[in-house]
Amino acid sequence: MNSNIWVLMSADSVALATTLILAALGALFTERSGVLNLGIEGILLTSAITSFIAADSSGSIWLGLVVGSLLGAVLAGIHAVLAVTLRANQIVSGLALVIFGTGLANFLGKPYEGKNIETKILPLSFGPLTDIPVVGPVLFGQDPITYLTVALAVGASWYLFRTRPGLELRATGDDPATVDAQGLKVSSIRIRYTLAGGAMVGLGGSWLMLAESAAWHQAATTNGIGWIALALVVFASWRPIRLIAGAILFGFTLQLPFTLQAENITFIPQAFLQMVPYAVTLISLIALSRPGSSNALGAPRALGTPFVRDER
Amino acid sequence: MSNTSSEVAKGPHHSGGAAPSALSARNITKRFPGVLANDNVDFDVRPGEVHTLLGENGAGKSTLAAMLCGLYQPDSGTIARNGAPVVLSSPRAGLSHGIAMVHQHFRLVERFTVAENVVLGSRDLSYTLKRAELNDRVAEVAERYGLPVDPSATVGDLSVGQRQRVEIVKALYQGAEILLLDEPTAVLVPAEVEKLFENVHAMTATGKSIVFISHKLGEVVEISDRVTVLRNGRVTGHVSGRGSADTRELARLMVGRDIDLAVQRASHATGHEVLQIRDLSLTVNGIDVLSNISFNVHEGEMVGIAGVAGNGQKELADTIAGLVSPTSGSVSIGGSMSTDRGPIAARELGLAYVPEDRLGMGLVPSMSILDNLLLTRDRDTVVDRASVRPEANRLIDQFEIKANGPEHLARKLSGGNAQKVLLARELSGGRTATKLLVVCSPTRGLDVGAIETVRRLLDDARSAGQAILLISEDLDEIMSLADRILVLYRGAIVHETAGESAQLTTVGAAMAGLSQEVQK
Ligand SMILES: Nc1ncnc2c1ncn2[C@@H]1O[C@H](COP(=O)(O)OP(=O)(O)O)[C@@H](O)[C@H]1O
Ligand SMILES: [Mg+2]
Repeated sequence: MNSNIWVLMSADSVALATTLILAALGALFTERSGVLNLGIEGILLTSAITSFIAADSSGSIWLGLVVGSLLGAVLAGIHAVLAVTLRANQIVSGLALVIFGTGLANFLGKPYEGKNIETKILPLSFGPLTDIPVVGPVLFGQDPITYLTVALAVGASWYLFRTRPGLELRATGDDPATVDAQGLKVSSIRIRYTLAGGAMVGLGGSWLMLAESAAWHQAATTNGIGWIALALVVFASWRPIRLIAGAILFGFTLQLPFTLQAENITFIPQAFLQMVPYAVTLISLIALSRPGSSNALGAPRALGTPFVRDER
Repeated sequence: MSNTSSEVAKGPHHSGGAAPSALSARNITKRFPGVLANDNVDFDVRPGEVHTLLGENGAGKSTLAAMLCGLYQPDSGTIARNGAPVVLSSPRAGLSHGIAMVHQHFRLVERFTVAENVVLGSRDLSYTLKRAELNDRVAEVAERYGLPVDPSATVGDLSVGQRQRVEIVKALYQGAEILLLDEPTAVLVPAEVEKLFENVHAMTATGKSIVFISHKLGEVVEISDRVTVLRNGRVTGHVSGRGSADTRELARLMVGRDIDLAVQRASHATGHEVLQIRDLSLTVNGIDVLSNISFNVHEGEMVGIAGVAGNGQKELADTIAGLVSPTSGSVSIGGSMSTDRGPIAARELGLAYVPEDRLGMGLVPSMSILDNLLLTRDRDTVVDRASVRPEANRLIDQFEIKANGPEHLARKLSGGNAQKVLLARELSGGRTATKLLVVCSPTRGLDVGAIETVRRLLDDARSAGQAILLISEDLDEIMSLADRILVLYRGAIVHETAGESAQLTTVGAAMAGLSQEVQK
């Protein structure tokens, strides 16, 4: 057996995990404030194509990343206005965002179909470290955004559990009435984290396009990663550190079918393997939508519930 | 001595009218859609005193307190702190003037530790949390006022009394000089109330002021230096003097008339059996929740089921109502078997059911009074509101329901009024005239005025010949109303006695499982 391809696969899983972590982290911050944004997939797709267009027309990958992230925040802003300010049903608003985002992305992407971008985000090189067999490419052969993402997840954990704003954020997701009675502004907190979450998802979508130097293939570009990210948050019990582990695991399962095919290992049907991450996603999203079990999983208590001071 | 209105109180800490008010409110008016919650209210608190706001549910106590702490803004009127006018535009502004409120429903994050809850939202909190240091600071404040709490305990694991202590510590930590306690004793057992009163004294001794909100006369007399009575949003009187206020006078100010809770047991002939229960048993997850229960309820008779909560009361009621199928045994209503036939069949046989959970099981909170009535009236595909509206209006009058019409949402009703709506719906009968009424804890959480009305309504229904099964943990209620008393203990009837000759001690002992006597 060719051990090289397994190393490559591990490296690729880590890379795929980058998008997953960014998208899931965005969802996590949003949900920790009590807002459920099911529109992650829509944001991913739209930010992917806009970052592509921006990078392609300006020639700057970094500009692409910035534009993609901003667009993520803008789309999440639509959800924030609907869900927080107008207190619309968050599930409906989130699903609408998926449909809107997918449509918009397909429209914008029409002229770019199948086209590849010239430059890409280059992996960093740590000299001899990167050359260490197996461990080298996985740990020391990634690009700057991947390292940034891991740092972001670790920082998110610190922020959530060790800082004052983190305390206020968690309280807002669990018990907005209490936060309100303390004189903090529930809606402002929720809007801020929904926007910040959207920007993280946007960065994830942009990175998926630009770092992998992928071509635009409509909805197949993200391939449901947005939904997997939502499931990942459930798996991680809304804790950023667990998110990293979960993302690598999901990244690995997403890559596995391709590697096995390359290795000509066929005793497990390919279609079955490809299905696994999505089946797991489906199951965890069902768990999320059942109030009793989602609480046991550690979901923010007020997740998906609009806050009104005067209503009883 | 009790002096009504305008006279100056002589609290233990002060010697006259010269003491400046720590907090005073003048001509406060607050309107909610359709309700004048506060009408020209004057209220003030002096340093180191306990000033009680007394009033029935819906009198406007919480609303006034919410304005005094900055949660709501008055429509008109002024608030002054130490004589200087202030605008309390938010709870934060209230806190910055040293005013904090402990809400009727606690404002605590259950998943957080005590210390995290206490410091949440406090202004001097540093960016990074230093847990050990925070725990020490919280423990220190708690100790100073004799309020023992474990700063690192998770609030979700604490008892109600402990949570309340956390709320008070939180207020003190934030520098509260004036504490508004909204119905703090409603959730406490007597021993905890004692403890709370000690804490209140410890706080007033250091010059802090307490605004104590309650509708329980006994404790109000015990704790208050002064009492302000509210009714329908208006101040109906000021009474002063710790321990010397007259409860009858307070009750009259609160309800607006003399009240009498002792309903006479109506003397009447009982007719034939309306409810027959034979050898009823129910096993849930291998546990016998009900075992071998047999009894009857006759026309014009009220049978009381006494017992400590959790001894099968809810299951018994649900089984009779057809919501649960028994493991064995039978229920018949008006001579027809209703076992296993479901709730609609039971209702068609003349059952009316007032469950304990008024706004969960009894009424749909998000629907209007009218639509809640329709639930038991109209089973056509197309809803015909117009046909029920006159009846809704009539019931609102007849049951003295405080609401702005049939379109008033159930969840916006006070507890007493929600209960009246539920009773109105059930007693007035749906498509079938009510023959049997099953009521669970009908007066729990209600104020005196509403308790009196509800008891009178039950008594009227009995006199009208309906059979009533009254399930309640309130032994006094059962003793004063029921013609016959059955005691439920671990799912079995362990004692039976006639209402007139019932002995409090014997029934109480049976409820505690100390009775050897088994039914029949
Ligand atoms: N947020 C609100 N919206 C509409 N009506 C309200 C609201 N809060 C209170 N009310 C109404 O105002 C009146 C006074 O209520 P409240 O102050 O809670 O009384 P209390 O605390 O004395 O029981 C009641 O009729 C109640 O239904
Ligand atoms: Mg109240």
